[in-house]
Amino acid sequence: MWDMEGGNPMGFERFGTVSFTSQTRVDGFIDRLLQGKVSGNRCKKCGFTYFPPRADCCSCLSSDMEWFDVVGTGKLLSYSTLSYAPTGFEKDLPYTIALVRFEGDLQIFGRLSKAIKPENIAVGMDLRVTPVKLSDARIAYEFRKP
Amino acid sequence: MEEVAIVGVGQSTFVRGYDGSIRELAFEAYREAMADAQLTPKDIGASIICSAPEYDKQRTPAGVLAEYLGLVPQPTFYAESVCSSSSMGVRAGYSLIKSGLHDVVLILGFQKMSEITSAESQERMGRGADIMWESPFGTMMPAYYAMYARAHFEKYGTTEEDLALIRVKAASYGQINEKAVYRKGVTLEQVLSSDTVSTPLKRFDCCANADGSSCLILARKDRAADMPKKPIWILGLGAASASVNMAGRDSLTGLRCAQMAAREAFEMAGIAPRDVDVAEVHDCFTIAEMMAYEDLGFASPGEGKHLIRNKETYKDGRIPTNVDGGLLSKGHPIGATGGSQIRTIVLQLRGEAGEMQAENPRIGLIHNIGGVGLYGNVTILGTVTI
Repeated sequence: MWDMEGGNPMGFERFGTVSFTSQTRVDGFIDRLLQGKVSGNRCKKCGFTYFPPRADCCSCLSSDMEWFDVVGTGKLLSYSTLSYAPTGFEKDLPYTIALVRFEGDLQIFGRLSKAIKPENIAVGMDLRVTPVKLSDARIAYEFRKP
Repeated sequence: MEEVAIVGVGQSTFVRGYDGSIRELAFEAYREAMADAQLTPKDIGASIICSAPEYDKQRTPAGVLAEYLGLVPQPTFYAESVCSSSSMGVRAGYSLIKSGLHDVVLILGFQKMSEITSAESQERMGRGADIMWESPFGTMMPAYYAMYARAHFEKYGTTEEDLALIRVKAASYGQINEKAVYRKGVTLEQVLSSDTVSTPLKRFDCCANADGSSCLILARKDRAADMPKKPIWILGLGAASASVNMAGRDSLTGLRCAQMAAREAFEMAGIAPRDVDVAEVHDCFTIAEMMAYEDLGFASPGEGKHLIRNKETYKDGRIPTNVDGGLLSKGHPIGATGGSQIRTIVLQLRGEAGEMQAENPRIGLIHNIGGVGLYGNVTILGTVTI
């Protein structure tokens, strides 16, 4: 779905530098990013938690889900800084992808903030996750120092 | 129980840009396998065609290739699990024979990576994982494996030099494999000084793209007895899958799908890792071979580095691994890779591997991974049934 007046993407098409998915039943994730929150969700029936969020629970097969916000700091599990990028991401180079573990067995994949200098990146470092606005009305999240 | 044997193997030369169509590419491996088993098309009960479809312009290649190979009107279908497609084809073929539906089944793996332009390839590279939640960050295969490398370094003290030693080994065998795409030797210094692709992986830590095809012919025991070549028996098959998103991975120092597939295959074959005489592992990146040593039980977790430092995975070592050059030097035409790995082990067990021949192997293992540990396949072959 595109905003006909401004030509800007709406809904899940706004996620990240290039999005490959336009329709999902969890596009509330984008609304919450715009409100400053990075959110996972939880099955209201069995309590199973998910990040990334899902419309359906594969543990009990319910589709009755509720949002929760990711708060606090996590630990960097691993990372890599790319020197080459797929089509559409060239202008972002170099950038660092990372996996961060938060409390409650919650793991989040994303990018490290460019404010963190390469020489200061270390496995085990504390990081928080926060929404970040990109150009052309796009939005994502990134990991920053607490 | 009716045992299943591999009675014919074939492989095209792996090349950078094949100057023919996908059906002609498929024919190269097919002709070699059919000559190997001395069969004619009417002897084949069914065919399974394997590739990663995002590289194919032809929609539903199975029927098109089967017709070109002369395998119509027999049943044919497609098997796909990206880089492990043809191992999954073998799993399906084995089942067709065990079930009694067919007595001879042909598995044809192929990939013409150059079927699409470099720009199209670059675009597809960005969609190699979870397109909804990961691709929007700009991910690529080397970057994912690089995260595994970093985690392995941190936890176990593995080094960039250890990974480079794996590349040097691969190149030493690529030089003597006339079907390999990369025929040059590589020094430790060359690997370590090559361009960084995604830290800590460098250009020489990455496998060589190639166009190629592989073909395997499977037969029931009574049919195998009529074939000219010594039958090589399928002793164990293991397969597993894992979360596509890294957020769902519980370890970054090994591939769970490989560990599970290995356990299943060893159990089915009734053997232990120490019984394996020769192996082919999925070295799409050097770190992938390092993790394979540990995931397969050739070394304890974190101890894989000693295998390569002590040259135990060289041809004259304790467990010769990828002595055909591996994906790193032989090349990695996605859908053909598993079949090519299996062909290498069949030739080893027959004693037909030429200059690459390990000393009198009786049991061989193939480890073939799809995606970044999304699909794991382990196949165990032997010279005698167990």
